Parts: sequence; C-alpha cells; structure tokens
Amino acid sequence: MAEHREGAGQAGQLSEHGHPAKEIHQLDRVVIRFAGDSGDGMQLTGDRFTSETAQLGNDISTLPNFPAEIRAPAGTLPGVSSFQVAFADYDILTPGDAPNVLVAMNPAALKANIADLPKGGTIIVNTDEFTKRNLAKVGYETNPLEDDSLAGWDVHKVGLTSMTVGALAELPVSKKDAERAKNMFALGLLSWLYSRPHESTMKFLERKFAARPELVAANKAAFNAGWNFGETTEGFAVRYEVPPAQMAPGNYRNITGNAALALGLVAAGVKAKLPVLLGAYPITPASDILHELSKHKKLGVTTVQAEDEIAAIGVALGAAYGGALGITTTSGPGVALKSETISLAVALELPLVIVDVQRAGPSTGLPTKTEQADLNMALYGRHGEAPVAVVAAQSPVDCFHAAIEACRIALKYRTPVILLSDGYVANGSEPWLLPEVSELPDLQVEYATGPNGDDGKFYPYLRDPETMARPWAVPGTPGLEHRIGGLEKADKTGDISYDPANHDFMVRTRAARIEAIDVPDVEVEDPSGEAKVLVLGWGSTYGPIGAASRALRQRGVNVAQAHLRHLNPLPKNLGEVLASYDKVVIPEMNLGQLAHVIRARFLIDVVAYNQVRGLPFTSTQLETMLEEVIKNV
Amino acid sequence: MSNAVPVQLSAKDFKSDQEVRWCPGCGDYAILAAMQTFLPELGIPRERTVFVSGIGCSSRFPYYLNTYGMHSIHGRAPAIATGLSVSRPDLTVWVVTGDGDALSIGGNHLIHALRRNVNLKILLFNNKIYGLTKGQYSPTSEIGKITKSTPTGSSDAPFNPISLALGAEASFVARTIDSDRKHLQSVLRQAAEHQGSAFVEIYQNCNIFNDGAFEVLKDPETRDDYLIRLEHGQPITFGKDGAHVVTHPAGSFGLAVREAGEVDAGEVLTHDAHAEDPAYAFALSRLAGPDLRHTPVGVFRSVRRPSYDELVRNQLDAAKAKAGEPEADLAALLNSGDTWTIL
Repeated sequence: MAEHREGAGQAGQLSEHGHPAKEIHQLDRVVIRFAGDSGDGMQLTGDRFTSETAQLGNDISTLPNFPAEIRAPAGTLPGVSSFQVAFADYDILTPGDAPNVLVAMNPAALKANIADLPKGGTIIVNTDEFTKRNLAKVGYETNPLEDDSLAGWDVHKVGLTSMTVGALAELPVSKKDAERAKNMFALGLLSWLYSRPHESTMKFLERKFAARPELVAANKAAFNAGWNFGETTEGFAVRYEVPPAQMAPGNYRNITGNAALALGLVAAGVKAKLPVLLGAYPITPASDILHELSKHKKLGVTTVQAEDEIAAIGVALGAAYGGALGITTTSGPGVALKSETISLAVALELPLVIVDVQRAGPSTGLPTKTEQADLNMALYGRHGEAPVAVVAAQSPVDCFHAAIEACRIALKYRTPVILLSDGYVANGSEPWLLPEVSELPDLQVEYATGPNGDDGKFYPYLRDPETMARPWAVPGTPGLEHRIGGLEKADKTGDISYDPANHDFMVRTRAARIEAIDVPDVEVEDPSGEAKVLVLGWGSTYGPIGAASRALRQRGVNVAQAHLRHLNPLPKNLGEVLASYDKVVIPEMNLGQLAHVIRARFLIDVVAYNQVRGLPFTSTQLETMLEEVIKNV
Repeated sequence: MSNAVPVQLSAKDFKSDQEVRWCPGCGDYAILAAMQTFLPELGIPRERTVFVSGIGCSSRFPYYLNTYGMHSIHGRAPAIATGLSVSRPDLTVWVVTGDGDALSIGGNHLIHALRRNVNLKILLFNNKIYGLTKGQYSPTSEIGKITKSTPTGSSDAPFNPISLALGAEASFVARTIDSDRKHLQSVLRQAAEHQGSAFVEIYQNCNIFNDGAFEVLKDPETRDDYLIRLEHGQPITFGKDGAHVVTHPAGSFGLAVREAGEVDAGEVLTHDAHAEDPAYAFALSRLAGPDLRHTPVGVFRSVRRPSYDELVRNQLDAAKAKAGEPEADLAALLNSGDTWTIL
C-alpha cells in the first residue's frame, strides 16, 4: 500500500509528472454502468460522471436502476443499485442496450450485472469486498476473481476501499467516512480513464459538504487518489477520449424527466399568469416532482402534501375552482384512487392536470421499475362516460414540453388532462438545450367577469362556440354566484337536471368537446419515402424505437417512424398515416394497450410487440423484431 | 377580487332560486333558515362566501344559498375546500357535511383539515343515520341500532364527533342543535370569527329514518336535566334553578355531575373554552352517556394557533418578496445548475 500512500501525498493536485504519458484512444461512444450496494453512492457517482461528461459536450443519456428498498441488507442481490450512462460524439437516443464498462463495488453488483456485459467488456472491481462472507451472501462458491469464470472480460482488480482509506490516512476523518469516500475514488479513476474534466465535481463536493470541510477535503482527496492511481498503475495502459458531439449552439444543462416535468409546470404557470397549486402524496417514482416544485414558491407555486392521493387531487381541484392552475402528481396506484375526483372534474368542466409517472403494476408491482400499462386507465379508468385529454412525454427533456402542452389543453378547454410519464423518462437524463422563455406558448385564458347570456343573466354552462369550454367564473366575482356539482347539469344553466334528453345531450357534448381539442398532426419520419412498415409508438419507447429505426436505415432497410404525443384525442391525420403503410408495428411496455385502441378505431390489424420486464426495450431487440416484420411484408 | 366592503344584505339575498328538496319536517330546513338569516350579519359580500359539501342529505345545502358553492363527492369536501382556502385567502369557506360523509367515508380528510387548522368552517349535521341511502346505521349510531342493514342490531361502537375533533387537534370545537335557532346562530357566529378550522357538530333530526334521536334534548319535560349550556367564563350549572353542577373530582381524569346543594360553590367548574390543554374539553365531551343525559352544547374549545393558510401564505410571501419579473425569474431558474454553452 506504500505506493498508494505516496499517491495520497499528491492528493489535491492532478499531477501527471513523473509518469510516461499513456496512449490515448479515441472512441465515438461508451456505455458505463456503475453498480454497487444501495448504500455505496452509485446514483451520486453516476450523476457526477454524467455532469462531467455533459460539460465536455458529449451527448448523453442515463438510466438509473435501483431497488425499492432504501437499504436492502448490505451486500445482497436485492440491494444492488446501478446507474448507466451512455455518452457519444454524436446524437444518441438511449442509455445503451449493454454497458462496455462495468464498475462493480461488491460481489452482488458483479453477479447482478455480469450477464448484461458483453464478452470483451471492461470490469473494474473492488477486490476489498470480495470476502468469503460477501461471496457466500450471493451464492458464489468460489471467488470469481480467482477462478476463470471472468476469462472473457478485461478485468481490473482494484482495492478501491483499502486504497481510499490509505489515501485518506492523514486526514482527520473516521475510518467509516474514509471508506464511504470509495465511490469518489472510483469516480476519479473513471474520470481519468475517459479524460473527463473534474472541476464541476470539485465544486459539487464543496457545496454538498459545505458544513463539514473535512469531508470536502476527504472526498476530493479520494477523487484525486483515484485519478492518480489510473495515471500511475500499469493496470491501465490506455486512456480514452470521446470527442464532443455536434450539438446545436446554445446553453445546455443535463436534466431528468421528473425535473423537466416540474419545470414545465412552473413555466406553464408563468406563461398562463396563474398561480400553480400542486396537491401531491409521496409515491415512487413521482415524488421528485413534488420535491422540485416545493422549491419554487418565488414563481407562485404552492405545494400541499396531502393526507392521501384522494385529498391531493381534491386540493388541486379546489384550487382550480378558485382560479389556480391545479396539478396533482402521482403514479398508477394514485391515479386509481383519484379516479372519482377526475370524474367530478369532468362534470365540473374545470382545468386540472393529473401527472401519472407510470411504474410496473398491478398493485405495488415493481415500484422503481418502468412500464406503460396505465394507458387504458388514463383513457377509460373512470365511472360513467368521462373522457379526458391524454398526453404522453417521450424523453426526459420532452417532459418539459409535454407538461406545458397538458396545461395548455386543460386551461383552454377547461378539462382534466392526464399527462403520462414513466419511470424510464422520469429518472433518465439527457442534455437539454434550454429554451427561451419568450418562445414558450402563451397560455393565458380569461376568467368570466360578467353575465354571458343575451338576457343579461349568467349561465355557467353556456359554452364558447369555438372551444366548447364553459366560462371559468371563480368565486369572488360579483354577480356570477352559482352552484356547481357532480349531479347532472342542465345545458347552459348548470342547474340540477334529471331530464333524460338533457343527460344524453350532456354526455355527448362532453365527449364531443374532448374530440374537438386541437392537437397537431402526427409527423412521420420516413427519409427514403419508400418504407412499407410504420413503427408507431407513444411515450418513453421513443428512444429505443428511434435508435432501432436509425440502425436499420444505416443498413439500407427502410422503416417509417411515428410517435404519438396525444393519446386522446388522437391526431386527425393518424388514420390516413396508418393506411399508407402495408404494416403497422406498435412496440409497448404493456400487453398491447395502444394496439387495441388503434385496431378498434381504425380497423387495422397492427403487429403488437410487447414487453413487461420493468425495463425499457433495447434498440437491438427492436431492430431485430422490425427487420423480421419488414422481411415478411 | 373586490376588497372587503361591509354590505347590507338580507336573508333574501342568500336564498337561491332552487326549490328546496328535503323531506318535509327535516331538521335541515331549520339549519338553512338559521344560516340564511345569520349570513347577512357577517357583512361579507355574497361572492366571497363559498359553501363546499360532500354527498348526503346535508350536502344539498350549497344549492339553496345564493353564494358560490360546490356539491362535490362523498367525504372529500374538506380536501377540496382546503385547496380553495389555501389558494384564495380572500374567501370565507364553509364545509357542510354529515355524519356519514365526514366521519365514515371522509374521516381522513376531516381529521387532517382539523390538524392543519385550515381556515374552514366545518358544519357536521349529525342525524345518526344514513338518510339519502334510506336508512342504514351511521358511524354515530348507537351500538345495537336496528336498521335496514343491521336487522339484528349494529355491532359497531359509535364515534363521539367532539372527542374525535379534539383528538385531531381542532382549535375550535362546538356543538349545537337544529331546533334552537338562537343558540345555533350564536355558535355559527363564533365559528365564523375563528381563525383556523372551526368544527361545529349540529344535532339534526331525521324525521324519516331516525325521528326523535335528540328529543330528550328538546322536550321541555327532559331537556333541563339533559342539556348543559356552556358559556365561557361561567360556572357550569344546569337543570331547573341550576340544580346540577359539573365538578372535577380530585384524583379523577374526568368530570362529574353533582347536585348543586351537595357541593361548595368553589367546586363548581367554570367553563374555560380557551384552556390550552385539550384534556379539559375532552373531559367535557365525555360527560354525556348513550342516553344523551348531560349533553354539553356551545363552544367546547376555542384557542388561537396559526392557520395552515397563514403559514403557507407567509412562506409564499417571503419567497415572493425576492421575486423579480416572472419571465426573467423563470429564465434564471431554467438556466440554473451545471450549465454549459455550445458555440
């Protein structure tokens, strides 16, 4: 360990002197997976590596994968947490099907992830954790680092824990704190290996541990020790570089889908000139939206952490009645509980946005894993004829724009809108070319200020002829006092009505006004113009479908791609688009929910390709499937 | 939103054009009439008064008042009203609910509204029965109650709504009776003046499915010995010529009813609605037995603590004091964090 102590002496400066310069290889794309125990700080390590990589100008895409348990028993398979980051010198759509590099902090991380790493890939493994006890915990009978079971991979055995402790020996931190800094050692090593800048991580450590300067020093020292270890050890003969990608000029930041969605809601409030009120109950994977929105009071956002999911939407609806932009955020089980209130909002014809960050169900299901199986619930999951608008986000950055679109529809048409996200886009991240606020859509709508009837009276259910929306007459407006409720309304007056013909009329009117919402036409990407097969998707499958389509086209195979932002109403040109292809393929992370809708609406026998493994499709898997379909057309 | 200007309104101004459709003889009529004649004295413009209700007979209440109103869904009125109240501090928000609506399907929202001390006036019409669904027992029905759904008698013990509200940290808790307009209006007045959640249980007769449930409190033959009228700062005495008094026996957690002649005047408890310790109001709420003998009415507890609305508003105002032009602030927010520029 002496030589590493020497390295520790240099901690604080990223010295390269004294060592022959290592060979540098250029790569166009790398996928790294950091895997460890859920207490090992792998999400943080991945985040920092991503941030460094973003600063360098690579295009990136990330995928965290963590257990539902906050701390499953240490060293066990259920406790493994991982973070995958793909970065490239070109525009990428997914975090990568399989990693090129696996960083395994313990035997459990190795065992849980090795099957995903193609032969020839690089493994960096923390040898200190490969104790007899830890090996036994995950069922390794022999130490895989000592038998030949890892022969097909390029294995780097590094004593991450012991070297970190060694590097920090002279710093005033406990052994426990020193051990905990091993993720920074790993980050330093990977940062050296892939020639990443480190300034943002240094600044981050200063911010994170501002109250404990000794931890700032310790973590920086661990990072530098990892970097210097790469520089000096003979174990790593080559360094890599991934040059910056060609990206549109402008300001960027890296953003997760949940953060982008929250910012989209803030932006919608600003552009509508309305206060935003979020009612929410904590639920995975939607809670981060509540966390983010709770920071933006300055921009007029109020967050109410309600007693349950039902109260959360009730609070949002009450605020909407009072003239605010009412929002509730949740996941599938929460939407189920909110169903009755969504129906009330349908009857009241008030603006309301319900965000469903989907996770694998039914019931608690796989709460930290992704799925698209709430589409049926979004479209149909209410009592009575209760149509609502449904919008879906297709990528982390797109969550921002989808949120604004959901708010636009809700406000303009005075209707509940369900915005579908999912665990994959919610927790994934990518670089965001920051928009100009002035270029975001103007969402302003008018409250009613006076009587709307020819007779000088106020009619709460007299509709705007263009939007079919009823007036938004908020309490506090003199002369417009009126009562609304869940009982059927008489057309125009809004009085209670049990008249059969009126009920029939109102049910049809509520359906017609959702159908009449202006949604843009769906666009088709078909560069050759000669594709016979169209792949249609919605939501988070955009990345893998796009990557698969590109890969096919690069090999001269024609395929057309269309992706739905609006699930209800569907774009007006969709029928025509579908009819112009010989075959339509719909990949979904459910058992064919959109496929059912398309079959029923357009009488087209689409090919449904379905997977419910709690994981996104890989682009390779879609490429293979699509090629097969295309071959048989 | 207009500023508060005291206005002269009459009961007529608060009557809506809708035909009132409760069963003839229902206690709800008396409560509605009391409310319509009481509201003008608050001097609050009609448009700034909102009634939010759930589902049940009582929840039709908003339709009959010419204010803003929402007849919502079963049990959820406190939640919906919370959203309205917290986002619109300029409004006066009333919640009208019943024993099934508030204590059964909506129990969670009731206790959390009280705990937060949302600025709501919650009127619970307690008739100890499900009326709108035609006569099943409710969470305030006495054990053994024979109804359509319990032909051999119910097996569940009832809630004591006053005890429940106190346990939920309510800052204002009162009880009154539908037939006593003067008392009802005096309690409504105190509830309206309270900052924070005001919880008022109103004993209300359902003459169809549970007629006479509170008769002993109304019948001139029995009421004097059954009903205890609480007045803040006054000794708690009741009965003909103050025959009975309430005392706090040494060594006991609860209160006791004694004959006036048997105790020293100093032992008679003086009602203190502002007592910080809710144990006192709780003890009062336990005086009555299942036969309603020794039922206190009036304000059990009225203490000042910050309302949820105020606390939320303070945080919002503090943040907004630092705000600039909203679009510029939004641009700064979007551009925050680790950013980089591609030229």
